[in-house]
Amino acid sequence: MNPVAILECGLYLVLLLALAWPLGAYMARVYTGESKWADRVLGPIERFVYKLSGVKPDVQMNWKQYAGAVLAFHVFGFLAVYALQRLQGFLPLNPAGLPGVPPEVAWNTAVSFATNTNWQAYGGETTMSHLTQMLALTTQNFVSAAAGMAVLVALIRGLTGRQVADVGNFWVDLTRSTLHILLPLSVVLALLLVSHGVVQTFAGSVSVHLLEPVTAADGKTVTEQVLALGPAASQVAIKQLGTNGGGFFNANSAHPFENPDGFSNLLQMLSLLLIPVALCFTFGRMVGQPKQGVALLMAMFVIFVPLLALTVASEHQANPVLTALGVDPAMGNWEGKEMRFGITSSAIWATATTAASNGSVNAMHDSFMPLGGLGPMWLMQLGEIVFGGVGSGLYGMLVYAFIAVFGAGLMVGRTPEYLGKKIEAFEMKMASLVILLPSASVLIGTAIACSIPAGTQPLGNPGAHGFSEILYAFSSGSNNNGSAFGGLTVNGLFYSTAIGIVMLIGRFWVIVPVLALAGSLARKKIVPPGAGTLPTHTPLFVALLAGTILLVGALTFIPALALGPIVEHLALH
Amino acid sequence: MKQTILTAIRALLVLTFVTGLLYPLVVTGLAQLAFPAQANGSVLRAGDKPVGSSLVGQAFSADKYLWSRPSATAPFAYNAAASTGSNLGPSNPALAAAVKQRIEVLRHADPGNRQVVPTDLVTASGSGLDPDISVGAAAFQVPRVARTRGVAIGEVAKVVGECTHPPLPGMIGPAHVNVLCVNLALDHVSVRP
Repeated sequence: MNPVAILECGLYLVLLLALAWPLGAYMARVYTGESKWADRVLGPIERFVYKLSGVKPDVQMNWKQYAGAVLAFHVFGFLAVYALQRLQGFLPLNPAGLPGVPPEVAWNTAVSFATNTNWQAYGGETTMSHLTQMLALTTQNFVSAAAGMAVLVALIRGLTGRQVADVGNFWVDLTRSTLHILLPLSVVLALLLVSHGVVQTFAGSVSVHLLEPVTAADGKTVTEQVLALGPAASQVAIKQLGTNGGGFFNANSAHPFENPDGFSNLLQMLSLLLIPVALCFTFGRMVGQPKQGVALLMAMFVIFVPLLALTVASEHQANPVLTALGVDPAMGNWEGKEMRFGITSSAIWATATTAASNGSVNAMHDSFMPLGGLGPMWLMQLGEIVFGGVGSGLYGMLVYAFIAVFGAGLMVGRTPEYLGKKIEAFEMKMASLVILLPSASVLIGTAIACSIPAGTQPLGNPGAHGFSEILYAFSSGSNNNGSAFGGLTVNGLFYSTAIGIVMLIGRFWVIVPVLALAGSLARKKIVPPGAGTLPTHTPLFVALLAGTILLVGALTFIPALALGPIVEHLALH
Repeated sequence: MKQTILTAIRALLVLTFVTGLLYPLVVTGLAQLAFPAQANGSVLRAGDKPVGSSLVGQAFSADKYLWSRPSATAPFAYNAAASTGSNLGPSNPALAAAVKQRIEVLRHADPGNRQVVPTDLVTASGSGLDPDISVGAAAFQVPRVARTRGVAIGEVAKVVGECTHPPLPGMIGPAHVNVLCVNLALDHVSVRP
């Protein structure tokens, strides 16, 4: 890697930590109800929301009630998104006159946005009306993110509760995450983005005269360029902050109107990891031991930094096939990348967006070098816990922490503990469910798709790269990321249905066991640390945790990765 | 159970109103007040006629113009109503074939040019709307443009220099040249945002 690339990666990580630290402290105060600023300014709105929704904020829920509320809320969220897409042709704010979305794509998109995945089987500017983008998609961007944060907070309460049944009130956690955290950050970010050229208007498009006419595929001469517009900035801001990733336009943040320059790119890159990183600090504060949060964050960095280096270094390599044709070997891999961001920023983005379960892209991952695509793919397969989705990343990481202390406990023959809570058979059963099911759905889904024509027909690339497209699709869906190797055509019946199913498994098969864990942990007493307790804030534990994750991730996915990106890499060189 | 369902529906409606309606409306209002040019597509006008956006590229094939990067949009290049990349993988023979053909077109337009082909000039961008090319890709084309127009190379190079954006604080991203900016200036079209 060249020194400028290393400097840019370093600057990005430093800025990220500098912004996440204060935000983490603020979020801890929001969830414990200690933030005076938030209460004074947003408190009245919050109470108004409770009044209109019929929420009694003082009522506590046990884990089953909490999970019931989460599921009920998502069911109606799903139905609303589905209905708005199907009916958009009859509804206002549709300047391009787009028809209703076909049922299979509408189902896929409704699942996708309700599960915080934002897998897109459609091109935004050619499929969704402004009303659908706002009422359906922007709303889910907020509430699916807020729901993830709420579940995390419930798990933290489970860890800190002393022999209680309650884990909090879902409606309060949901509303606070939305109003006090996501909404103010989004307004500020959206306006900053507009100031650099992200569009924000209710007009459908504007036509401009081309300096030189172009000839279309059908031989007609085109003299005008139609620039698709819309309320993009408001959606782009929350798509990054809420680790959603669903673009307003088809090309997502590679589109000049979603991401106009280097500064808007830096802002979006920072905001896509901001809350997941900050939540580690929030966790440390809420459990009363900031070092515990830092240890989890360090384990994430231990995995993230080498994969970042791999991706950046791979993309700075020239494609040997093009070099053989006489193309400059010094410039790196430019297919699918935008000049204003450059190779390094495109590779940092790809790594960050797959480490977080964000999935927005500023370059086309399908055209990355084989090992440049392997880094992002493996980060998703690890379960979206290296930063991961807002809330969902950290609760996934905590599940791995339970597994790590359990493994260590087995080695020395003691009952494992995490933060004074004994990790026993029930906790391990739930943790195994959380890890096994999404992994299984990646591999089984890929296997099925590879063996039927409906799975292989829509491939955009031949050979090993085609296999990578399928593996990437199921990794992205099952782990609620949402980015894609876009050459695969996914709006057909098979992929719309299959990816929809694995997205549901990846979200709710994790949320329900995590809430069960929260309930079970809350009932336990907190054992004071003794001489035989494994401290969970030391470098030793960081290594143990990162090692556990890498071991599980490698054993599960290296064979599949060997058939895709690794074969392609060897064939290219 | 019934209570939970009722609360779920009411909470969804209220939060949809706040985040799906109020939030985009407020942001649109503030954006249109504070940054009207940017919020509406950074359109460039020559007199009253809109001639492009400073952020969105256009296709050029005449020898007198600087050429943009290849675009994968359909049914014509730089279709700003349907953005897309090629999504061709690095080992796909279709990528090699497309690049080979683009190199031939470049060489044919400027047979005497012995410079190595800049990668960005023969690869499609992610959006298909990339407004910029690398400094090297501009330098590659300057002699052709100058010769076709019958002007000094230095004159074209000067226009290119005026349309070049340096890296952010001197380090993030490569320096890049806005193609439409160069071609408008070469045609002496004066534009305002």
